[in-house]
Amino acid sequence: MSSSRQAPNQQQQPAGKLFQFKLVLLGESAVGKSSLVLRFVKDQFDDYRESTIGAAFLTQTICLDDATTVKFEIWDTAGQERYKSLAPMYYRNANCAVVVYDITQSSSLDKAKSWVKELQRQADPNIVIALAGNKSDLSARRVVETESPAVPRGSEQDWIDAKPYADEAGLLFFETSAKTATNVNELFTSIDKTISSQEQQ
Amino acid sequence: MDEQYDVVVMGTGLTECILSGLLSIEGKKVLHMDRNDYYGGESASLNLTQLFKKFRDGEAPAATLGKDRDYNVDLIPKFMMANGELVKILTHTDVTRYLEFKQIAGSYVYRDGLIAKVPSTEMEAVRSPLMGLFEKRRAKKFFEYVQNYKADDPSTHQGMDINITPMDNIYKHFGLEAGTIDFIGHALALHLEDSYLNRPAKETFDRITLYMSSMARWGKSPYLYPLYGLGELPQGFARLSAIYGGTYMLDKKVDEIVYENGKVVGVRSGDEIAKCSQVICDPSYAPEKVHTTDRVIRAICLLKGPIPNTDNVDSFQLIIPQNQVKRKNDIYIAGVSASHNVCEKNHYLAIVSTVVETANPQEEIQPGLALLGPIVDKFVQVVDISEPIKDGKDDQVFISKSYDATSHFETVCDDVKDLYKRITGNDLVLKQRQTQEEEQKEMADH
Repeated sequence: MSSSRQAPNQQQQPAGKLFQFKLVLLGESAVGKSSLVLRFVKDQFDDYRESTIGAAFLTQTICLDDATTVKFEIWDTAGQERYKSLAPMYYRNANCAVVVYDITQSSSLDKAKSWVKELQRQADPNIVIALAGNKSDLSARRVVETESPAVPRGSEQDWIDAKPYADEAGLLFFETSAKTATNVNELFTSIDKTISSQEQQ
Repeated sequence: MDEQYDVVVMGTGLTECILSGLLSIEGKKVLHMDRNDYYGGESASLNLTQLFKKFRDGEAPAATLGKDRDYNVDLIPKFMMANGELVKILTHTDVTRYLEFKQIAGSYVYRDGLIAKVPSTEMEAVRSPLMGLFEKRRAKKFFEYVQNYKADDPSTHQGMDINITPMDNIYKHFGLEAGTIDFIGHALALHLEDSYLNRPAKETFDRITLYMSSMARWGKSPYLYPLYGLGELPQGFARLSAIYGGTYMLDKKVDEIVYENGKVVGVRSGDEIAKCSQVICDPSYAPEKVHTTDRVIRAICLLKGPIPNTDNVDSFQLIIPQNQVKRKNDIYIAGVSASHNVCEKNHYLAIVSTVVETANPQEEIQPGLALLGPIVDKFVQVVDISEPIKDGKDDQVFISKSYDATSHFETVCDDVKDLYKRITGNDLVLKQRQTQEEEQKEMADH
């Protein structure tokens, strides 16, 4: 009777284990949440993508190895994050979350941190959270660093470091570019591996 | 928010969210607001913090109750008829993809001081203590008549026209006893009181048929229930609306509906105005435009175990027909439990409700409370059941009805259809929305 957990397509299913995961996207508007999914699911990028309209959720199947297939059911916020109006339904039964910020907007990392807190409060305690610093192709305009550099930076810029935060909060961490496809597959595959190993325990 | 919208919707109750979703699909630009910081309005399911804030502001929930997020406490006691209109709307809009459902495990009726199961199979009917042997034969004849009655075939009518003949006459024709009539009218046709006896029988035939066909769908009971509480339903339709471009603002104070020449032109919140040509809202957003038809008392009870004499089922509906307790209106008990993800492990939630008849409504629900066993905690509210005074065609402000005392969503769906027709001028025709698989295949083909 459960209708939200649709039966996986048998024809596409190789022998072995099949996992189905619900993945939710979070992050400030315009950090590229939908673009990351579009790159991952359809390997496309659209420079002038408007705010999300019309897609309920997308699914993508990955073969992790010969014995393990993972089907992601990816939920987009559909804009409901904009005025603090994301429904609890959104987090329900989510196995994993990708919290996205824009490396050229320091405020978007603050927002990402507050989403992580929200997930830790509302979502399943075992949820796997990945932090994605998107738009790595725009590194010339970068304001969020990954690691504290060996050489001290100039004081004119308000630098923030994302990696130490991700490590401390126990998050997977990648800098991605939906535009150039950098690290997009790596991000999702790493989430895959983390959850599948959790499930097998 | 200072923008032009086609429709501003206020309140995120189920009625408003279904309409919001339907209108967004049709390409209307919708702004949907709620003064609360949660979805669902009067049809919400609340966590402990929200529940205490609503009923006992300033008091913190006891730590023994468990974790906040394990609770989704319904404010209204309603189930979905498995073959009813809400299920049709859910499947046609494919909102089912966001939800999971469970069956309600049993339907019970109170009779002569005992709780009896409403038979769900022929076997149960034969064994049921609700009727004697001869009465069972008469009842069988009655149900065969209901089942075989065809409007265009007079040979099935036995000389009665259900569009004219009052229900009472039909009962008499089959010689049914008072107890059986009580059972059929209240436990199957789900009438809340007895005024139906003098109305044409068709209404009751339709209700019996809905009950039977819903029962036939999954067995056990005619009811379905969404995991995590009824509040998931408005959330699902809100998501549908958002996916089609609807804008959502929770925790948004609404100060004023703005009119020009008697027609609505916008909604003001602080110094912002959302311009629009139509408004849809629940009665609480337009109190001067509604009147109260009834009052309903609802006691939300937290229990430590299943209620006595219900076979330890994890969920149930129990009806106390009015005649059994010398009232005009039935008392309903709707029970769900931790297996529906609405409360902590080993806990049960039961809502005892009825239409208020006296100045002391708390006393009126005592017969229901007495059947529950030990009650850990109880949250009681008496609410006005309101409906709009006018149909909204003049000022273009369309107001929904309050959630009434019926135990299912059929009247809510009637209201949705009625509002839809007044708002758009057209009958609501549900078109099958693409399913997830079709949607993605189409995207892949592009």
